[in-house]
Amino acid sequence: MLHIIDRRFNSTNKSSVNRQRLMKRVQARIKEAVEEAVSKRAMDDLGRGGEVSVPKADISEPVFGHGSGGQVTHVLPGNKQFKVGDKMMRPSGRGGGDGGAGHGASDDAQYENEFTFQITRAEYLDYLFDGLELPYLVKKDLSKQESPKYRNAGFTSQGSPEKLNVLRTLARARGRRIALTANLKKRILALQLQLEQDELEVEERLQLEAELQRLLKRKSSLPFLEEVDLRFHNLTQVPNPATSAVMFCLMDVSGSMTQAMKDMAKRYFLLLYLFLERQYGKTEIVFISHHTQAQEVDDQTFFYSRESGGTIVSSALQLTLDIIQQRYPSHNWNIYVAQASDGDNWADDSERCQQLIHQLVPLCQYFTYVEIGKHTEKPLWSDYAPLAVTHGDHFAMRSITSVKDIYPVFHDLFSRGKTL
Amino acid sequence: MPLLQRFENEIGRIANDFGLDCYSNQLEVISAEQMIDAYASVGLPISYFHWSYGKQFEMTRARYESGKMGLAYEMVINSSPCIAYLMEENTMAMQVLVIAHACYGHNSFFKGNYMFREWTDASAIVDYMAFAKDYILQCEGQHGVDEVEQVLDSCHALMSHGVNRYVRPPALSKAEEKLRQKDREVALQNQVNHLWATIPQANEEDELEQAEIKFPTEPEENLLYFIEKNSPILEPWQREVVRIVRKIAQYFYPQKQTKVMNEGWACFWHYSIFTELHAQGLISDGFMLEFFDIHSRVLRQTDFNNPAYSGINPYTLGYAMMTDIRRICEAPTEEDKQWFPDLAGSDWQQSLDFAMRNFKDESFILQYLSPKVIRDLKLFIVVDDEHLDHVWVSAIHDEQGYQQVRADLASEYSLSRTEPNIQVTNVALRGDRCLTLQHAQVDGRPMADNTSDMLKHVHQLWGFKVVLQSLDVDGEVNKTYTSAESSPIDG
Repeated sequence: MLHIIDRRFNSTNKSSVNRQRLMKRVQARIKEAVEEAVSKRAMDDLGRGGEVSVPKADISEPVFGHGSGGQVTHVLPGNKQFKVGDKMMRPSGRGGGDGGAGHGASDDAQYENEFTFQITRAEYLDYLFDGLELPYLVKKDLSKQESPKYRNAGFTSQGSPEKLNVLRTLARARGRRIALTANLKKRILALQLQLEQDELEVEERLQLEAELQRLLKRKSSLPFLEEVDLRFHNLTQVPNPATSAVMFCLMDVSGSMTQAMKDMAKRYFLLLYLFLERQYGKTEIVFISHHTQAQEVDDQTFFYSRESGGTIVSSALQLTLDIIQQRYPSHNWNIYVAQASDGDNWADDSERCQQLIHQLVPLCQYFTYVEIGKHTEKPLWSDYAPLAVTHGDHFAMRSITSVKDIYPVFHDLFSRGKTL
Repeated sequence: MPLLQRFENEIGRIANDFGLDCYSNQLEVISAEQMIDAYASVGLPISYFHWSYGKQFEMTRARYESGKMGLAYEMVINSSPCIAYLMEENTMAMQVLVIAHACYGHNSFFKGNYMFREWTDASAIVDYMAFAKDYILQCEGQHGVDEVEQVLDSCHALMSHGVNRYVRPPALSKAEEKLRQKDREVALQNQVNHLWATIPQANEEDELEQAEIKFPTEPEENLLYFIEKNSPILEPWQREVVRIVRKIAQYFYPQKQTKVMNEGWACFWHYSIFTELHAQGLISDGFMLEFFDIHSRVLRQTDFNNPAYSGINPYTLGYAMMTDIRRICEAPTEEDKQWFPDLAGSDWQQSLDFAMRNFKDESFILQYLSPKVIRDLKLFIVVDDEHLDHVWVSAIHDEQGYQQVRADLASEYSLSRTEPNIQVTNVALRGDRCLTLQHAQVDGRPMADNTSDMLKHVHQLWGFKVVLQSLDVDGEVNKTYTSAESSPIDG
């Protein structure tokens, strides 16, 4: 007669198509929000998906309803002092309308005025790169060391003090005290009434008083908190792959790099960052900007400062190598290096660059170089070209001429089944 | 799971002893996310795709995740077998409560109440929704998602006016639907063609001229039905879409009119069942205490001046009345004998069963709201008249006020109070094909501000001008709304 079905392990994405429909409907707003996020948010903040606000009008579902006016009666509970004929000012906010069901969807109204909803990172990226689908990128065999993560799972009667849920505990304690003292209080009251009578024998009075004292003591000795009252947050373990990666962003900031080129580089770096972050529990970024000298900077400086002068790429490579040796030993870290440049370099720097790359690439999971701007045989490109052959598995280079190229190039770089 | 099963068996036995007649039960244990899904599709296990469900999903999720609302402990579907969703995080006491409440309380109500018996078909709804989902997917394939969405949007807007309010509609079945659907397309189109034939045949001319004066011959309250059958512009598949929305509207029609009764009935029975479980020693005192805790929270009624007040709690009102009926049967006072001469002293199970089967909220309150419940809830009436600059109290919970409170509270649950009464009254068959709707005002309440927008949706489905006349109490046209000749729908 009865079926019990455990559906918990069924897909939870029953609403995903409906959600897609909703997003299609408010597409313009989402794009706006995403564009704004790209220009405003800090880079390591970009990956967390986003919030989209949609004006009520865009997604209203009107129904025929009553307007305010006419003569409406309301039946209300909890009368305390009113008598028939009492008059009072019309309470604001509910004037004339029907308290509950006047306007179409008044229940939802307050939420609909500022309807905001979360879009996931994947969706966010879809919009960020103009509707391109984020493909199934790379299947990777990561070194999976799992360390458990804790997640809330209801309440329990045992636990360590820092997990105490004060509200629930006190509510239970109060309930217990009320329950346990009710009877005592009744008896105390009865005794007190009895004692107020005058015609008591001394003997009897003493007895009653003793009894009263005993009860009062019992009442006051009732503990405020007892072991049984305690409620703790219950935590369960869920597996959590703990792996860490560091990403080096190398960019030429010499005078020849325009802001538009930097924006392209930024998007490329961003994609790589988001990608890595998804694969690894913890991802750090190191920004290295260089002209003739290299320095480690924060992301603001990295993307928005402009320097003049020439370019010596090896300085940046050397700094990267130093930082890896000092802070990110390659046996503990998955190291990714992404270099973006317009391809200029001092002519006599090329040999040194090649040397450094030979040292650097074996330490890295992957070294990518993107050249931004019109593709002509630039010095750096020709320096790197032979390396791509020798270090094929861990080294790749592409050129990007416009924003549209970024995603395909990225996809191309990471989708060839390389062992990262 | 085995524990749930054991409790279910015991509850089933007790419910049976109490004479509850139920559909067989299907319990589905689900997670919070899945409950939000269930909210989004208004409680139907399957439905076609539409953005509004996505919106509902996002709104529920945002409110749930920000802590502004909790999710229901359960959700129950009027189907056979009766499907009940239980939240995984419920404690055992809660799960047992939910089984008693939903699987036996609501379940027996669905099976017994006349509204549900006449307007819904529990055994066919899941099948029908499967058909609807398939059909709409197929339409989307053939005509494009946008095209279908546009029709659905307009239909959803008119959903509350897509029900035969006075006539029992025919039953549903997936197989038959599919079979009939093709025939219907042809037949329906022929009928429409006939109606809109621009060159009437000579021998029919007299008849048609007559028809021109009055079509439809009787006012029609089911706007979607009227549009499905008579719209001059809809394609056959669009008519089928209108029909699908209409059928769903009809399925939900009894629910919104029996909220108080349905919840009251379920609460009454979960209470009775728990008392019985405890009396038979099947649950411990602690279990019972937790039950009381939940039970009293569900039945909490805040006073009108409490900031948290959001209307009369249907659980409270329903439970109070159901319990009161039993009290009147078992231990009537003089007052009860005067107010309920037939009820006082009768067999409570029979009387309660009769009340459950034959009423909806409006009539139930009008019939059974007793002075005691009015006193307990301290009900009073506030009159809000737009012509006065103050509101005033017209009745309170005293001898003079009982009748008035009862009548007014009942009318708060009438459909004409919650939804404007709109009917199709005329179509200009030979003229500009203008569709005329009439709104009969109740208590002088006008139409809402969005009425012109609403007419765009009617226009969308009708294809020609639409006029809505709002009539005051004397039947005079008070205000007229017109849809512009070609007005695109916003958004």
